Amino acid sequence: MHLLVCGGTGCRAAASDSIVESLKQELENKGLQDDVQVIMTGCFGFCEKGPIVKVSPDNTFYVQVKPEDVTEIVEEHLVKGRQVERLLYKDPEKKEIVADSKNMDFYKKQIRISLRNCGFIDPENLDEYIARDGYMALGKCLTEMKPADVINEIKESGLRGRGGGGFPTGLKWEIASKNDADQKYVVCNADEGDPGAFMDRSILEGDPHAVLEAMAICGYSMGATKGLIYIRAEYPLAIKRLKIAIEQAREYGLLGKNIFGTDFEFDIELRYGAGAFVCGEETSLIHSMEGERGEPTIKPPYPAEKGYLGKPTNVNNVETYANIPVIINKGASWFNKIGTEKSKGTKVFALAGKINNVGLIEVPMGTTLREVIFEIGGGIKDGKKFKAVQTGGPSGGCLTEEHLDTPIDFDNLLAAGSMMGSGGMIVMDEDDCMVSVAKFYLDFTVEESCGKCSPCRIGNKRLYELLDRITQGKGEMEDLQRLRNMSNVIKDTSLCGLGQTSPNPILSTLDNFYDEYVAHVTEKKCFASQCKDLMTYSVVEENCVGCTACARVCPVGAISGEKKEIHYINPEICIKCGACEERCKFDAIIVK
Amino acid sequence: MEEKSMSDIKVKVKEKDLNTIKEICKSFDNKPGELINVLHKTQEHFGYLPAEVQEVVAQELNVSVAKVYGVVTFYSFFTMIPKGKYPISICTGTACYVRGADNVLQEFKRQLDIEVGETTEDGKFSLSCLRCVGACGLAPVVLVGEKTYGRISPEGVKEILEEYKEL
Repeated sequence: MHLLVCGGTGCRAAASDSIVESLKQELENKGLQDDVQVIMTGCFGFCEKGPIVKVSPDNTFYVQVKPEDVTEIVEEHLVKGRQVERLLYKDPEKKEIVADSKNMDFYKKQIRISLRNCGFIDPENLDEYIARDGYMALGKCLTEMKPADVINEIKESGLRGRGGGGFPTGLKWEIASKNDADQKYVVCNADEGDPGAFMDRSILEGDPHAVLEAMAICGYSMGATKGLIYIRAEYPLAIKRLKIAIEQAREYGLLGKNIFGTDFEFDIELRYGAGAFVCGEETSLIHSMEGERGEPTIKPPYPAEKGYLGKPTNVNNVETYANIPVIINKGASWFNKIGTEKSKGTKVFALAGKINNVGLIEVPMGTTLREVIFEIGGGIKDGKKFKAVQTGGPSGGCLTEEHLDTPIDFDNLLAAGSMMGSGGMIVMDEDDCMVSVAKFYLDFTVEESCGKCSPCRIGNKRLYELLDRITQGKGEMEDLQRLRNMSNVIKDTSLCGLGQTSPNPILSTLDNFYDEYVAHVTEKKCFASQCKDLMTYSVVEENCVGCTACARVCPVGAISGEKKEIHYINPEICIKCGACEERCKFDAIIVK
Repeated sequence: MEEKSMSDIKVKVKEKDLNTIKEICKSFDNKPGELINVLHKTQEHFGYLPAEVQEVVAQELNVSVAKVYGVVTFYSFFTMIPKGKYPISICTGTACYVRGADNVLQEFKRQLDIEVGETTEDGKFSLSCLRCVGACGLAPVVLVGEKTYGRISPEGVKEILEEYKEL
């Protein structure tokens, strides 16, 4: 029997490591330590209800477990064989208890290829990876396939880069393989910088060997002996697990010289990012690995011709690599049956924002946004109304109600004015102001623009200033046209992907929420009551009972009034923090 | 103005620290290509990267101080200001943003009376923003040192600070 405890960053932040400790202690107390094994796995994906403890083989899925619940789980479930009902997942819609994770709406529609091992194995134990067919694909490639066969298999699978661009992976490998050089490099881009996206981190934390194996396969196919993983320094857990994985793979002879008894050699090193979003762009990433400022350069030459240290280099993202071993094991024809005509396989999304089931999901390409948000995601939080979903991070756009039935794939999202991006999916409800959301992303881009080319460096700053003006109620109708014109210029003239996509959040909100922009400009109104400069708090005299609760909670002393008398908010002093509105039990404070 | 060559820059770094930096550089074979790795290790040791330290690194790797400074200021992970004893980081990823991270940030700024990137006068707290720690299920998220606090509201800010004020 196994007890699987989620050891992803989210669950660890909620004390899952002390759960593991307590479980081990409790099992020892009961003398069960030899019969039940406690394993800290990678992310289960259901972060909303973490920390998660799953009992295998019966699949009982305990949610929001606290260290103090451990005694009960051991005593009831393991000793007496009764499930601890109060810790089971309860479907919020049907109000039913769902004990088995397989029956949860959250998991039903998912197909897990790149997340296949996350939540199933101990990522710090190579044997567990091997037990789930790990390194079988590498063995098959080295002993049964020629490098060209490997490339053909990947080409036939239709796999496209999961980092955002969607470039066919097999083709990329082929180009790198055809460039002759004394040294070539295989690079894994693990510089996941999109705010609100955490799929790469979860894969590295939950299944690091999958990436190592895939990189070795790539090395074999293109004739490279060195691999480099460029990872964010902000991901200490992923770094730790990668280091352990690399060490173990070397010990087992799966990295190093004469792998699987052949003359193929391959080794992997880590390189650390230092917090620059632009380093997700492959030429910037390569410069950063060389110890330089991470500024992009014009392509061509592509990294496949001249990359790291001037040598042919193949750069793929974590999720792309995680698909490779499965494609080799099950065959391209298995893989390319999943998905849509031009986008094969699955995609991992980090579902976050105003949604009931925040978490990490993997669905076949072609799944609709509605299925993702309302079935897997469990709908909008607190019964509010869906307003928009943002995909593609700072390079993507906001999609609306009318896009909900669009099947998700690379081309459909692009046609709808957004993009796949790396897979962040942020859901917004009626309380979110779309002008502010656009401003939020522009703030990010301005901060992260490397400054090398002027359209991005100066243009985005001007866009931000225009948006700032509009949210302060100082905008003019001409500003909306200015936003559009400047956005198009920046897209057309920027050097790299960052600037070429940074105006997307503005363009898509202008297209889909034009009325909201107009209201900010002409009526000086923010429908979502988000723009503080356009808001006033006041007391509804009929409702005020003079309980003084609001005056006491006001952090700046803007509310005056005697006990049992009507209170008054001084707009000059009020900082519009909303604390009074939240505190008032009589609906006596309104925001306009 | 008197001309200075790289070799006679007066470094206000203690002998012991000077040796530490040199050792770090040496562990990377003094290769200019390892600059970022060297800076990571150095910042790990000192907590930040003051100008003097950057000068030593430049000297050791045989690159210009401008280049080192250029790299330090390019990457947000590197800082030239010492962090507080309890560094507070507020996640400003999109998930935290839509769940009200900005209000939490404003409250921290107000209570500590510092801006983002600054440290309180007593050196106790510093305030910074970071991009998505990936604990989106707990949004909005605040980190104090290594400890993560989830689902924080502006009202919860005081409570967090109290926890550390006594220490």
